Amino acid sequence: MTKSVRNFQLIDNKSIKKDFYVLELSSGQPLPEILPGQFVQVRVDDSKETFLRRPFSVHDVDYTRNSLKLLIQIAGKGTSSLSEKKPGDLLSLVGPLGNSFSLPENDDRTLLVGGGCGVAPLLYLAKYLKSHKREFDILMGFRNRDRIIEHEEYRALSNVYLTTEDGSEGEIGFVTQHSLLRKEKYSRIYCCGPDAMMKAVGKFANENQIHCEVSLENLMGCGFGVCLCCIVKTVDGNVCSCTEGPVFNIKRLIW
Amino acid sequence: MVNLEVNIGKTTFKNPVLTASGTFGNGSEFDDFFDVSRLGGILLKGTTLEPREGNPYPRMAETPSGMLNSVGLQNKGIDYFEKNIYPKVSLYKTNVIVNINGNYIEEYVELASRVNKLDNIAGIELNISCPNVKMGGMAFGTNAASAREVTKAVRAAYNKTLIVKLSPNVTSIVDFARIAEEEGADSISLINTLLGMAVDIRTLRPSLSTITGGLSGPAVKPIALRMVWQAAKAVRIPVIGIGGIMNSDDAIEFIAAGASAVQVGTASFIDPMASVRILEGIEEYLTTKGFNDIKDLIGYINRK
Ligand SMILES: Cc1cc2nc3c(=O)[nH]c(=O)nc-3n(C[C@H](O)[C@H](O)[C@H](O)COP(=O)(O)OP(=O)(O)OC[C@H]3O[C@@H](n4cnc5c(N)ncnc54)[C@H](O)[C@@H]3O)c2cc1C
Ligand SMILES: Cc1cc2nc3c(=O)[nH]c(=O)nc-3n(C[C@H](O)[C@H](O)[C@H](O)COP(=O)(O)O)c2cc1C
Ligand code: FES
Repeated sequence: MTKSVRNFQLIDNKSIKKDFYVLELSSGQPLPEILPGQFVQVRVDDSKETFLRRPFSVHDVDYTRNSLKLLIQIAGKGTSSLSEKKPGDLLSLVGPLGNSFSLPENDDRTLLVGGGCGVAPLLYLAKYLKSHKREFDILMGFRNRDRIIEHEEYRALSNVYLTTEDGSEGEIGFVTQHSLLRKEKYSRIYCCGPDAMMKAVGKFANENQIHCEVSLENLMGCGFGVCLCCIVKTVDGNVCSCTEGPVFNIKRLIW
Repeated sequence: MVNLEVNIGKTTFKNPVLTASGTFGNGSEFDDFFDVSRLGGILLKGTTLEPREGNPYPRMAETPSGMLNSVGLQNKGIDYFEKNIYPKVSLYKTNVIVNINGNYIEEYVELASRVNKLDNIAGIELNISCPNVKMGGMAFGTNAASAREVTKAVRAAYNKTLIVKLSPNVTSIVDFARIAEEEGADSISLINTLLGMAVDIRTLRPSLSTITGGLSGPAVKPIALRMVWQAAKAVRIPVIGIGGIMNSDDAIEFIAAGASAVQVGTASFIDPMASVRILEGIEEYLTTKGFNDIKDLIGYINRK
């Protein structure tokens, strides 16, 4: 898991929904081991507007092709510029960075919960769990049918349950309102999504004594523990979410 | 072979490329990227007597060609430093310098005397220029009388290389450079960050929890360069240039303007290998230009 600064070549840029792009990037050399939940820091260009790198979760990894995928939602200048990248373009990445989701015990009943571009790390996590022969379900929440991201890919790996806020697909409401959570007794939840979703899922997990890990998206200066800008308040004081996170057990967080 | 060696105070630096405090952690964060011992020296994250939690999130905002931070000297205190960080940094084959901070003169003095006992620490950088703490910090560095008092007191408590880090948030940098020299500093380093601010127009809130913060990066370079040039002409002690150095061209500008060494700061966030690339770039420049010794480049523009 040695970190490095490397140029990757863009081999594919696919628009999967309005404002969502999947970038596949390939490196000339073998990739280091990358764990689910880890992220990379991407240099956008030399524009004065996007001076700092931008953090993105690793969405998928293909060691045979030395390639990895990022799922990018347009949020501002940096992400728009990345969405316009063409095959052949070079991108500088620093990574792999951060910690990872833990591996569940064999007898755990595991649920992956994601929303918006927070589903990004869950694909690689799902593949990782599958390769370690762990069983799990996936629950995803979106605003409406038009915002649903790539759920076919996830379906290939496990059962996928959906909620949309307007009921245009799946159950109506937020993920925490899905009937699945009343039917199944999960012992472990992994969640990545908007803050409000992670807090609601965390609250549900706490009330039901479920082990729960969330992946935070704090603003980052460096991504490898030197600027101390990405801190999150925990029971152990302020810690860097880029080195001790981005994945945190909710028991540690002071929200 | 070009001679890159420079002497600052009682310390010999094998080359003039150092890292800026607060942007290089404790060095070990860079071990994966390159051999830290190649650098002339490293300046560690600002240390205080007691542990500090720093300021609340958000502590950072990106600005055109730069960034604002209001970290507020988060660190685990000198006890932790001695026990856990010192043994590790002692292994580096380069000069390790501790950046010290306090609320009161007595705290600076106690820190200095504790660091004085650490054999593998080459020097102290006295930070009287942090804009992100309520007490101490920049309050010392922007008031002539207290800058004098703290430098004098720390000098008396510390006998190795003492560097005073100056704040750019003053009317006359030359006055503060002279005060440091008069009170026995071996060197001055400048600049620390410039006080700035940003507003998030989506939320209509200040971007930083502390409202104001310190600006760094290429945005500050011309100001830093001007101040280094002014200070270098005003004092005889060596000057260390800091501020927006992103590549070797920037570093060479500082050296030619009078800096005996440079510190690489924010650049390391964007390229963790920035410092070592800058070192390589300086060496290449000197070779191409036919300089045999870095000392011939220091203050070149000031010569007739
Ligand atoms: C560990 C981590 C993993 C991430 N993974 C992904 C991912 O897989 N896919 C994805 O699309 N995005 C991800 N993000 C968020 C992504 O980094 C930001 O959306 C991006 O940096 C915005 O850059 P920009 O230049 O487009 O926006 P800017 O123009 O810089 O800002 C536009 C808006 O985005 C917000 N923003 C800026 N940085 C962040 C941030 N770090 N987190 C949240 N909001 C931010 C700003 O506050 C502002 O409101 C991740 C963030 C972190 C910290
Ligand atoms: C995130 C951050 C933290 C910093 N922390 C310290 C510190 O602890 N002590 C200090 O003397 N300077 C600190 N600085 C200031 C830098 O050492 C340097 O003086 C300044 O950033 C200008 O250089 P640059 O433009 O190359 O970054 C910090 C700067 C940044 C960006
Ligand atoms: S982003 Fe710099 S320490 Fe985490």
